[in-house]
Amino acid sequence: MRLGDVARILEAEVLIGEDKLDLQVEAGCGCDLISDLLAFTKERMLVLTGLVSPQIIRAAEMVDLAAIVFVRGKRPTPDIIDMSRELGLPIMCTHYPLYESAGLLFAAGLPGWRDWPQAVGGAQDAP
Amino acid sequence: MRLEYHVTGRDFQAAGEAAAKIKRTLRQIGIDAETARRVGIVAYEAEMNIVIHAYCGIVGIDILPQRVNIYADDEGPGISDIALAMQVGYSTAPEDIREMGFGAGLGLPNMKRYSDELEVTSQVGSGTSIRAVINLPAKEEG
Repeated sequence: MRLGDVARILEAEVLIGEDKLDLQVEAGCGCDLISDLLAFTKERMLVLTGLVSPQIIRAAEMVDLAAIVFVRGKRPTPDIIDMSRELGLPIMCTHYPLYESAGLLFAAGLPGWRDWPQAVGGAQDAP
Repeated sequence: MRLEYHVTGRDFQAAGEAAAKIKRTLRQIGIDAETARRVGIVAYEAEMNIVIHAYCGIVGIDILPQRVNIYADDEGPGISDIALAMQVGYSTAPEDIREMGFGAGLGLPNMKRYSDELEVTSQVGSGTSIRAVINLPAKEEG
C-alpha cells in the first residue's frame, strides 16, 4: 500500500513526508510500547501509535520503519517533528483511534506481520 | 574498530543517541542493513536499560572482521534475578517510566532475540554488564 493511500484512508494530516507519498509500506503494526515496536516490527512497516515521545522516533530509526501514524488525534511535539524531518521519516496524525485505524488499513489490504513472510523468523515469530 | 559512548541515567532527552550513532556508523562503513538493524536494536535496549535503571554507564561496540561485539557496563542497582529479568513481560520499571512507553518487560528478551550470543552478569548494589555478539553474514565468494 502507498503511504498516500494510508493518509487518504485515515484522513490523516501528513506532518513530514509529503514528498514520500508514493513510498510502499509492506505491513502494519499498532503499539504503544517502545520494546513492542522493536520486537514486532520490521523495515518498511507502518506503525500506528498513541505514544507521543521522541523515543518512538529513535526506535523507528533502529528498525528502519517506513512511517509513523499518531492516532486518537494526538499531535507530536516540535522536537519529535524536527527529529523526523532530520531522519526523513514520514509522520502523520489521524483522528481515528488505534483500533479503528488498524481496522481501516487491514480492511483495505495492508497486512499485519503474521501475513508477511519476510518478517524476522517468519509467521511463527509473529505476536 | 571501537565506538564507545557515555550514557547518563534518567537522561531521556539524550537517550537513544548512542545507539543511533552506532547504527549510522555501521551503515556508513558498509555493514549490511539487517546487521546494522540488529546491532542498533540491541544497543538501543542496552542503552535504555542504563537510562531507566542505572546511574551512569557506557555502551559500545567492537567491529571485527566476522562479528560485532556489543558491550554495556553500568553503575547501578544491579539485577538480583537475571533469569526472571530475561522473562518476557517481567519489568521493574517505575510508573513514571512506563508512561513514557517503556517497561514492556522486553528489554533483555529483545537483546536475546536479535543477538547471536548474549551474556548478562550483575552484582546487586554495584552494576550490570551486558555482552552481546552479532555475527556478520558470510561474504559470498565471487
